[in-house]
Amino acid sequence: MAEGRVVGIDLGTTNSLVAYMQGDTPVVIPGVDGSNLVPSVVALDPIAAAGGRPTVTVGNSARKALIETPERVIYSVKRLMGRGLGEIQEELKLFPFHLADDIEEGEVPRIRLGELKFTPPEISAYVLRQLKRNAERFFGEPVTQAVITVPAYFNDAQRQATKDAGRMAGLDVLRLVNEPTAAALAYGLDHAKVGTIAVYDLGGGTFDVSILKLRDGIFEVQSTNGDTHLGGDDIDNLLLAIALDEIHAEHGVDLRGNPGAVQVLRKAAIEAKISLSTESAAHFDMELPNGDRYQREIPRAVFEMLIEPVLERTAGPCKQALKDAGLTPEQIDEVVLVGGSTRIPAVRQLVDDLFHLKARGKKPQIELNPDEVVALGAAVQADILAGASKTTEEMLLLDVTPLSLGIEALGGAVARIIQRNSTIPASATEHFTTGVDGQTNVAIHVVQGERELAADCRSLARFDLKGIPPMSAGLPRIEVKFLIDADGILQVRAREQRSGLAAEIEVKATYGLTDEQVESMILDSFDHAEEDFAKRLLIEARNEAETILAAVDRAPESPAWRQLSPEEQAAIHAARGRLAAIKQGEDAAAIRNATLALDQATRRFAELMMEAAVSTAIRGKTMDAAGNDMGDDVTAPHAMAPAEFK
Amino acid sequence: MFKTLDSAVPVACWSCSIGHNDSTLFCPHCSKIQPPPGGDYFSVFGLKPRLELDLSALEQEFHRLSRKLHPDRFARALVNEKEWSLADTALLNDAYRTLKDPLRRTEYLLKLEGAEIGEEHSGKDRVDPSRVPADLLEEVFDLNMQLEEMRMARKIGDEDSALEASLAEAKEKFSGLLKAVDEDLRAEWRAWDEGNELARQASQKRMVALLDRRHYLSNLVRDVTETLGA
Repeated sequence: MAEGRVVGIDLGTTNSLVAYMQGDTPVVIPGVDGSNLVPSVVALDPIAAAGGRPTVTVGNSARKALIETPERVIYSVKRLMGRGLGEIQEELKLFPFHLADDIEEGEVPRIRLGELKFTPPEISAYVLRQLKRNAERFFGEPVTQAVITVPAYFNDAQRQATKDAGRMAGLDVLRLVNEPTAAALAYGLDHAKVGTIAVYDLGGGTFDVSILKLRDGIFEVQSTNGDTHLGGDDIDNLLLAIALDEIHAEHGVDLRGNPGAVQVLRKAAIEAKISLSTESAAHFDMELPNGDRYQREIPRAVFEMLIEPVLERTAGPCKQALKDAGLTPEQIDEVVLVGGSTRIPAVRQLVDDLFHLKARGKKPQIELNPDEVVALGAAVQADILAGASKTTEEMLLLDVTPLSLGIEALGGAVARIIQRNSTIPASATEHFTTGVDGQTNVAIHVVQGERELAADCRSLARFDLKGIPPMSAGLPRIEVKFLIDADGILQVRAREQRSGLAAEIEVKATYGLTDEQVESMILDSFDHAEEDFAKRLLIEARNEAETILAAVDRAPESPAWRQLSPEEQAAIHAARGRLAAIKQGEDAAAIRNATLALDQATRRFAELMMEAAVSTAIRGKTMDAAGNDMGDDVTAPHAMAPAEFK
Repeated sequence: MFKTLDSAVPVACWSCSIGHNDSTLFCPHCSKIQPPPGGDYFSVFGLKPRLELDLSALEQEFHRLSRKLHPDRFARALVNEKEWSLADTALLNDAYRTLKDPLRRTEYLLKLEGAEIGEEHSGKDRVDPSRVPADLLEEVFDLNMQLEEMRMARKIGDEDSALEASLAEAKEKFSGLLKAVDEDLRAEWRAWDEGNELARQASQKRMVALLDRRHYLSNLVRDVTETLGA
């Protein structure tokens, strides 16, 4: 197999990035729109070709569709990865998505998107494929191998689901790397090589904290902790719920049944949150369907009081991680901040308090862009795996498993066989026997978690050890080896020792897709055929050109068009003409450049369109109709009286 | 698929075909990675079983071997080399985790020597009244009464500061006893490492008893801590 490049991918809740090592520096690869961040948003194109399957768009263009066709868009799908039916239903209370109605117990849940249904790994695969294409466009050659990051606190099923998504996107996933560890790698490249650091990673949907010891290029994780249900999304939902409640109470308008309007409010909430990191107050101001205006000022002090319970939930995992590492806050030399939410001043204050930084004359590390540092670290790890690089040949990452592995013992208690924070790969060998004469099967239930009862832990898999030679009860001795690999994923093997027979085991994962299912979900098979590569680049370039040309041709019908100056209109016409002429040629790069030029020329027009769409969504009746099947599922994540806001 | 740990048959290297002793991670002739060797955790680090260890030397050796064995170094290797890198690294990590921790190391060595030790990992066992060390019988009985009283008081929302103080005092005392056990254990390490076969047998017996006592005391301290902190 060709030894191509290995790229590093940060598959985030909100945004995803792809990066690579350029010489001795990790660099993020921009998309065709010049942006480093690809929003983890997937949309079904509403203008489906007659009879054909609708096309899928990813990233910024999909995000625009959030407001226009919210029922055909999905975001934050990372929160649903590797989760069972019950958990997803819980999660969906916070998001305007709906499950397919024909899901059977034990199946991987599918989400409705327009007229189609997708499993969470399939949605993630679309995001990954976009990143793969961005990288291929950048290098002008196929990219088939990648390192993908996951939250350190992801369990086995969530990790497996991420690997499945990679495979569907045509990527050979060489390694899953924990996000905080990746960040440490990025920082460790040019920082002091000795010391103890903590990485505090508050992302869009997950929180992780990891403590690492650095020595001679070895990054040894001491402990990790976190919460896979905690992130910037929770803050957005909090602000959103309050705005919805207030609009309902003060103006008698219930926007909860109007997904387009909810997305507009969500966007406003996110903007308010972001501006509060630098401003002392933020403002909501929007027109409601009944003509009223919803206006509200949010002073930073109120915002901080509001989010305190969310932020406070990161304190417990930090303390536990310190305890598990056997360290006091004073023994942490540096704290690295990762994730967009760490821009919030109150978060930095909390970190300062938790690790006694100010008292020691220290500050949290924020030199690297918190949105990019994980992807940069993934690129470093990709370089380590690819080998033969001077920069990283001395570097080695020793990570740990975040959760204890156990088996269900008699009475439902958990017998722990691999403790959390064990360096991976890690293994444990257990012996089982039969309880009845002539018994040929033994069932084993494997769980992950820290609780004492199996029922309170996360069920990983049930195994059936089959083909045990019939013997008296208690005589067979079946050796089962549990091994957590370097990706943090469990492998199991068994052998009957008395007869020397390898007992057949049937591993039924409690959650997750079978190999056959993953195989059937692999996106466009021509994606990984190298000979088709040039052809594909051309086809993609032409498709992009077609899409933008069609949009530009419809532009004069839009009221926004009239807001443009004659010069702006002329510039668009000129760029349009150039692209139309070049499009039929064979030069993919030229087509792409012309597309980019047209995209630039129409930028202000697109903004005007967005503004128009936003006010339509708030006022328009059309959106109400579309939102009827949304039900009342968008509810406040936390009961919060409007009074607290005043 | 798996080698049993007690096999010590000479095997031929899969790569250069020259025979070598089984207990090696790399072929002494061609340096290629080998399947997990037989032998105990100590032999992974080239050590004879012993209880007093130089932890910083152990860490250095752990890092040196990790650099050579870790799956990250075999991401693009042959399928079987990948497989062995994974299995060898798991063995190395399991060995390091066990040997760097004094209690795990002691338990592991005693098991290697054939001693019967209670399983630490089978759930979170509460204090078993039948295993109370004889010299503590009376105090433990009192303590358990107080713990029960405290839990009841907590349940109905009562504050009993006298009881709390008395429990804190008991915790202090049992923590002290725990420290004493650890010191006794440390003394046994040297006795075992330096003793002859007979001295080792005697030391093993004492260590098994000390571990039992330690297990009992640490459960007790944990129960008190939990009850006080609840």
